[in-house]
Amino acid sequence: MRTPPCLLSLTLDSAVHNLSNITDLSPLPDHILIELFLRTLRTGKLTERVLKLFIATGKDEVFSLIQALNIQVTVTPVLPTSKLMSLSIKDDEIDIVIGALRPDLTSFMNEWRTIFSRFHLIIVKDPDLKEELKIPEGFNLDVYKKPDIDRVVGTSTSTIFSGYSCRYFGYLVSRKKYIISVDDDCYPAKDNKGILVDAVAQHITNLTTPATPFFFNTLYDPFTEGADFVRGYPFSLRSGVQCALSCGLWLNLADYDAPTQALKPEERNSRYVDAVLTVPARTLMPISGINIAFNREVIGPALLPSLRLGGEGKFRWETMEDIWSGMCVKVVCDHLGLGVKTGMPYVWRNDRGDAISSLRKEWEGVKLMEEVVPFFQSVRLSREATTTEDCVAEVANVVKEQLGSKDPMFARAAKAMVDWVKLWKSVGSSTSSPGA
Amino acid sequence: MAEPSTISPAPLLKDELDIVIPTIRNLDFLEMWRPFFQPYHLIIVQDGDPSKTIKVPEGFDYELYNRNDINRILGPKSSCISFKDSACRCFGYMVSKKKYIYTIDDDCFVAKDPSGKDINALEQHIKNLLCPSTPFFFNTLYDPYRAGADFVRGYPFSLREGVPTAVSHGLWLNIPDYDAPTQLVKPLERNTRYVDAIMTIPKGTLFPMCGMNLAFNRELIGPAMYFGLMGDGQPIGRYDDMWAGWCTKVICDHLGLGVKTGLPYIWHSKASNPFVNLKKEYKGIYWQEELIPFFQSVTLPKDCTSVQKCYIEISKQVKAKLGKVDDYFNKLADAMVTWIEAWDELNPSGAKSAELSNGASK
Repeated sequence: MRTPPCLLSLTLDSAVHNLSNITDLSPLPDHILIELFLRTLRTGKLTERVLKLFIATGKDEVFSLIQALNIQVTVTPVLPTSKLMSLSIKDDEIDIVIGALRPDLTSFMNEWRTIFSRFHLIIVKDPDLKEELKIPEGFNLDVYKKPDIDRVVGTSTSTIFSGYSCRYFGYLVSRKKYIISVDDDCYPAKDNKGILVDAVAQHITNLTTPATPFFFNTLYDPFTEGADFVRGYPFSLRSGVQCALSCGLWLNLADYDAPTQALKPEERNSRYVDAVLTVPARTLMPISGINIAFNREVIGPALLPSLRLGGEGKFRWETMEDIWSGMCVKVVCDHLGLGVKTGMPYVWRNDRGDAISSLRKEWEGVKLMEEVVPFFQSVRLSREATTTEDCVAEVANVVKEQLGSKDPMFARAAKAMVDWVKLWKSVGSSTSSPGA
Repeated sequence: MAEPSTISPAPLLKDELDIVIPTIRNLDFLEMWRPFFQPYHLIIVQDGDPSKTIKVPEGFDYELYNRNDINRILGPKSSCISFKDSACRCFGYMVSKKKYIYTIDDDCFVAKDPSGKDINALEQHIKNLLCPSTPFFFNTLYDPYRAGADFVRGYPFSLREGVPTAVSHGLWLNIPDYDAPTQLVKPLERNTRYVDAIMTIPKGTLFPMCGMNLAFNRELIGPAMYFGLMGDGQPIGRYDDMWAGWCTKVICDHLGLGVKTGLPYIWHSKASNPFVNLKKEYKGIYWQEELIPFFQSVTLPKDCTSVQKCYIEISKQVKAKLGKVDDYFNKLADAMVTWIEAWDELNPSGAKSAELSNGASK
């Protein structure tokens, strides 16, 4: 039960949200004008037009603020609006990691510009990609290519970052608390009201509000505005646990497997479900790597490249690496008492590739899940596993013992997990960031 | 009666579904539901003063039971049916002869979806009950059997047939189903969020089941839907549906049946008095701290292969483990046994509610 904000605060918030409709700020008393100015700044809504509105009031206090903060009109004032970011998460606590499987990222970056431009980005080029990357100007980013990866982890290890797994390199070298990761064929989506979805803000909200894995709330996320815990929800469980992973969804091309998409070639996901919910403890699900975010400090080592299909390709239909990694993450989260959420934000996933051609490749991935799911459902970690690294190492052990003999792919995955933990300890948690 | 164009010409399961409505005042709300409910048989359970006459709007096919009827039909076993509480509705489940039950409160009206169209809640419940559930693995796109959705990548094919659905739990727009403390803190909060999803509640996960907008397969799970001892002479109220929900979910998990939640929405119009609610719920709010761990740790032996056997087993464990929380639970455990006895008397074992049969019900 949270203290409700006061009336003035609510009014100011409302004014900030409706700035586009305001044409004259001069009737406002000075102290309210200043507070409004500061809130406008905090929520990133200071555009040239709005700045002019404030200047037009002729108030000295406004001028001194503008001077003191050295506010200048820029030629391209592309500032994102994000009311959800008022949860005092600093922009510099966030890294956006993009695995580049295609060379030309121009339209991708431009479509995401209003949302991404205030953050630091890590772009990791698929080491198998031959062409040069094309990235537009105006972003704060670090790009890692094969030579960089080789330098950091060695040429023999860099093969683990091939294809969609290149993003894990970004997770490894990032030093930020939160990571948001989106496939390079996904664009911002629009919600039911036609408003552009700020996927970053929604992921951050998911990660910074508690998760509730021990009891299902029928009104879904109880911490969102307009909702709460329902009758019958035990009070002792209402503070929730820390959310470590936020799994978003996809409009248009949903993350189906090749057989499913091939059977329904025209099917596109047009249903925007306005909900975020916690995945209950000990419930497993396919965690797609297409649109995720996580708390790197808490769960970083558990997102890992380890299971590689024999026929793994450059379309999601031809991979299972994220599904495998997701199973590990969920098991680890359940063991450590951390939460995993699913639902919003949505991204718009572009049509790419052909399900039927992907189908002609091996069915490996599909067959695999028949073993993988019951296996993970039965994994129980020991009490001594109290850190994420320990948990991952234990899972690797159990994989080796129980699945290793069934298919060499599992034995390789187990080894890769063990190697990853070592790599994370040496590269992932060192204080100096490896140069690019 | 003129049929509006919104209802289909041949209502689904017309002769296989009963609508059970507990009431204490009147049934005017049925007028709004007429286009959707009229083809179905109603079972009205009149709570409170039996000498009062409840007016049922014209044109509905119904049977009505008041307290005298309950006493007459059940004899001494009527002690398990609550008095002066909507929990009495479970008597309606017991006397029904149909395969499916839909139960709704008399302050629940037809809601509109975001496009402004009236929601046929009953039709959606029927769809939910007729198509499988997926409790063993969570599908991130929610109900995979819905038009426009499917199983996502990574979902094992061997789990895609799903299991039969036993319960369909609907939600509420406008007045949300909050407990008294939350109501007191947020008296003006209204649920305006239409979440366009139906999902299976995973195996091993408990949830608070609200009886306001609920449908279930009586043949699959009926005997578990006992709404407990509430109201007059009891220390607790407003936990009837919660109790039934926890028992039902444990049994469904054990027998491999599914429970869905989400659509359809109804419009809940009346907020009950939070101070009155607080008095009723007070004990429940403390007791649920014991009840949840209890239900989370209930295990049923393999030889509990029917709902009744599972239920009796739970009642034994209630007595053994919750009796020390409060003597109420000893009484409740006894009432649970009485309920099953009464159920079996009124529903002699044949094809119904006996050993769980295979195959999805149609």
